[in-house]
Amino acid sequence: MTAVIDQVTSALLEVRDLEVEFDTYGGTVRAVRGVSFEVHAGKTLAIVGESGCGKSVTVQSIMGLIPSPPGRIVGGTAKLRGKEIVDGVTADGEIVRGSRIGMIFQDPMTSLNPTMTIGDQIAETLQVHRGFSHSQALRLAVELLEMTRINEPSRRARQYPFEFSGGMLQRSMIAMAIACRPSILIADEPTTALDVTIQSQILDLLRDLQQENNMAIVLITHDLGVVARMADEVAVMYAGEFLETGTADDIFYNSAHPYTVGLRAAMPTNRDESEQDLMPIDGSPPDLFAPPPGCAYFARCPHAMEACRNDPPPGFAVGSGHMTRCWLHHADCSRRIEDLHYAAAAPLEGRDA
Amino acid sequence: MTPLIEAEGLTRHFDLGRNQTVHAVDDVSLHIDQREIVGLVGESGSGKSTFGKTLLGLLDKTAGQVKFQGETLPQRYAPGDFQRHAQTMQMIFQDPYSSLNPRMTVGEIVGEGLRLHTSLSGREVRERVGDWLERVGLNAAHMARYPHEFSGGQRQRIGIARALIMGPEFVVCDEPISALDVSVQAQVVNLLGELKESMGLTMLFIAHDLSMVRYVSDRMAVMYLGSLIELGVSNNVFFHPKHPYTQMLVGSNPEPDPATERGRGRTAIRGEIPSPVNIRPGCRFANRCPKVMDVCRGTTPELKSVADPEGKEPDRLIACHLY
Repeated sequence: MTAVIDQVTSALLEVRDLEVEFDTYGGTVRAVRGVSFEVHAGKTLAIVGESGCGKSVTVQSIMGLIPSPPGRIVGGTAKLRGKEIVDGVTADGEIVRGSRIGMIFQDPMTSLNPTMTIGDQIAETLQVHRGFSHSQALRLAVELLEMTRINEPSRRARQYPFEFSGGMLQRSMIAMAIACRPSILIADEPTTALDVTIQSQILDLLRDLQQENNMAIVLITHDLGVVARMADEVAVMYAGEFLETGTADDIFYNSAHPYTVGLRAAMPTNRDESEQDLMPIDGSPPDLFAPPPGCAYFARCPHAMEACRNDPPPGFAVGSGHMTRCWLHHADCSRRIEDLHYAAAAPLEGRDA
Repeated sequence: MTPLIEAEGLTRHFDLGRNQTVHAVDDVSLHIDQREIVGLVGESGSGKSTFGKTLLGLLDKTAGQVKFQGETLPQRYAPGDFQRHAQTMQMIFQDPYSSLNPRMTVGEIVGEGLRLHTSLSGREVRERVGDWLERVGLNAAHMARYPHEFSGGQRQRIGIARALIMGPEFVVCDEPISALDVSVQAQVVNLLGELKESMGLTMLFIAHDLSMVRYVSDRMAVMYLGSLIELGVSNNVFFHPKHPYTQMLVGSNPEPDPATERGRGRTAIRGEIPSPVNIRPGCRFANRCPKVMDVCRGTTPELKSVADPEGKEPDRLIACHLY
């Protein structure tokens, strides 16, 4: 039965209504508040948002990487090919983390063990998940380093992380993540610590590996330029929620949420030599100890209405596969979405932005 | 226009011992006119920050000189020089977390310059600090708080207030926005723009975000491994880069536009920035350059004005044997 459903949706990974909380001395932080998405083979899903919006927590909770306590998943499911994942393991005991789903992190310098050679660290993955002997695994590690275009891979495999540059460390992390030929690669800000030139090389490498292995990529980033370059599907995350999801073209050319519009207006573009003014988003994201009762973006939104204050907006379908959580899309709303892009900000009394 | 600040052959080396020398900044000449913003871009390790610090005297000069309003500044600053120049030249730092002392209140941090370098009374200092906190979009009551109580964007505003309260004429902004989120970056850039207008500031804006540098600055300077390799009007350098390195840098700059990105070819740039230790003669970019010629490996190209057929760009300088 599940197999039939899988063929219909063809989603590799399906996450529904995920909710994650952290207990702290200050209270309970509601870091992820009902997030749903699907990941498809050979496609890239980008989750974009600012620091603290819950991007990393979302994927880490799926992988069972959230320390518990203080963290806990309080709701929702994550299914890999229809089988539910709990703590990085599927219901029938298959280890997902590091095997079916590979992961790379933002800071390769602190993610690698400084006391082990690069080759041994990659080999370890293969020994644990594939039961290879050390020499077998080491041979494969050298091949993986070659696949990620590290020069002189057999010499490099014997070196330690401090002997590598930032770009080469990230290549080694990728080699480790793809060692078990995962069907999904989760890349959490993989190029944030790198220069644009090296970023460009790493993004090319990720795309090549994706095409060779029909791998799905979940890319977490705050950089809309990286999103535009890599993403098929995009989810815009804010204060623990997806405010807008759709294809890259939907998000960039047909933005339906004021936050998405605001993010784009806050960045300089280089379409021509003209200079439009940057439009900053005033204020800062809400406190997730006590999330606002209505729309999470209410306090900063230039288009906020009375309805937004206390009623959380549901997801409105704006097009095929294009969803947004914004009351402006309600059939009874007198303002039209086109106004979003041009309308001057209408002040609303009583907001503590 | 008269240049406010001029660097001539500015060089800063770091001696590592055992005959090893880091060529952080090598023979860079650059002038910045009154009320001009010059953007300085390049990869990490290209010497951008070292250039900024050497220009201000925070680092001693290995060779070359800096002239401020025609006056040659000392090769090595004595305490009296810092005292004098604190009121004309200031710096805004990259990391709003590590550049503010966690044990000082915001009032002490922002007012420290005034207390050290002026004879204002304690009450006058507090008044000025209050005014400046309001001016950068904070609240005068924030004076009693500590840096950890503020977000990254607010801390950067504190750093801006600390630098500008001295009423400087020249400010080096060393990656003032790279640690901030997109929505906050625009707030800080717009604030700097307003203050530049109202105070008539001249700025060196160091950043690695090419789109932001193009947006902010009048002219753009590109550094590679300690050398200045291209300099010109920002839009010209960005849209018509001439040096092969600048072309690659612009080519790797991701645009927030899927159609542009789909049309982009594979990254042409190979390899990584080499070590700045004991650099050999020849073009520093030669080992990564796709257009490398024999002459590039032996002779260091000089930064020179490039003949422009239409005469539109008299200011464009390039250090490349192709031109």
